[in-house]
Amino acid sequence: MSIFEYNGSALVAMVGKNCFAIASDRRLGVQLQTIATDFQRIHKIHDRLFIGLSGLATDAQTLYQRLMFRHKLYQLREERDMKPETFASLVSALLYEKRFGPYFCQPVIAGLSDDDKPFICTTDSIGAKELAKDFVVAGTAGDSLYGACEAMFKPDMEPEELFETLSQALLASVDRDCLSGWGGHIYIVTPTEVKECTLKGRMD
Amino acid sequence: MGDSQYSFSLTTFSPSGKLVQIEHALTAVGSGQTSLGIKASNGVVIATEKKLPSILVDEASVQKIQSLTPNIGVVYSGMGPDFRVLVRKSRKQAEQYHRLYKEQIPVTQLVRETAAVMQEFTQSGGVRPFGVSLLVAGYDDKGPQLYQVDPSGSYFSWKASAMGKNVSNAKTFLEKRYTDDVELEDAIHTAILTLKEGFEGQISGKNIEIATIGEDRKFKVLTPAEIDDYLAEVE
Repeated sequence: MSIFEYNGSALVAMVGKNCFAIASDRRLGVQLQTIATDFQRIHKIHDRLFIGLSGLATDAQTLYQRLMFRHKLYQLREERDMKPETFASLVSALLYEKRFGPYFCQPVIAGLSDDDKPFICTTDSIGAKELAKDFVVAGTAGDSLYGACEAMFKPDMEPEELFETLSQALLASVDRDCLSGWGGHIYIVTPTEVKECTLKGRMD
Repeated sequence: MGDSQYSFSLTTFSPSGKLVQIEHALTAVGSGQTSLGIKASNGVVIATEKKLPSILVDEASVQKIQSLTPNIGVVYSGMGPDFRVLVRKSRKQAEQYHRLYKEQIPVTQLVRETAAVMQEFTQSGGVRPFGVSLLVAGYDDKGPQLYQVDPSGSYFSWKASAMGKNVSNAKTFLEKRYTDDVELEDAIHTAILTLKEGFEGQISGKNIEIATIGEDRKFKVLTPAEIDDYLAEVE
């Protein structure tokens, strides 16, 4: 089994009309044994910027701590929040620093940039950025997520419809992957509010 | 900095609590050629005298005003070679910021890092403080900005400022003429008049340097021909 499949994960972010949604599964496993069913993969950097980290859980935790550290210092020095595009460049740089001994993570970054335009991107484990206009996926359920999102995505969805679409795509995909599942966590972010929901799916 | 025999700082406190080396550095600045800057509502202008030691010097090869990034420029009063070293370090810091964040460095951040370098040289072994004061002019998301950085590493944001010889006359002149809503074109005229006040000899496009940055956020050093046009307008 590859190191990226040690803990199991499913992450997806999708763009809507002046909003975005980011969702993950809740399983933490050690190969085939399930250890936790409430594992947080998505973290808030600030009110308009979220990052989800799939892959090896220990690297995800360390990477998240390093990114929070950098962002807090940035906030103190520059007296403003980081723009999502800037944050994505920072993540890419941090990952490439470890080019020959990488973090075994695949981050998914989602945020609202200037003019409330949604911004999503993912990078591979050594920092190659992939910007997308519709959706980005990561994790062991990645292939199924690509299929589900491709089939269900429509441009310019309102927050409620985006929530429905993303939930269905996530739950359908994790059912095809034995290493991810046990429900879902979804954040829908608009310029005015952040809604956090827990999804109930097949608990296996 | 320095080998083991010089790993103590040459800048040490006097009994009165002053850092004498920094005072001397400020004296060096005060005997340098006059430079000034004015922040307008829609841009910043910086200018300096360019008095060359002989008419045989090729004035086109002397550039006292330098850009640090496409939207930030700097001028100095004091020792030219020290200025060159600071410009080099600041440009590198700006590029490092861009490499990390893929964003242009904000003016305040670049000023802070340059000031930190200057402060380092007042507290490290075997080195002396820089003999320059800088006027940094830039335009970023916070609008037009003008900062002065001293040899001690302290920096101040100014609406208008002058440095070097004749600084008190120049500042008095600027205080009288400055208004909060002055536009860039008027600011350029005011800058020229301020330089003229203390200028010995005939002022022309060849013996002053002027640079501006406007709402287009592009730092531009004016050509001698453009300066001559402004001089004609001021007459």
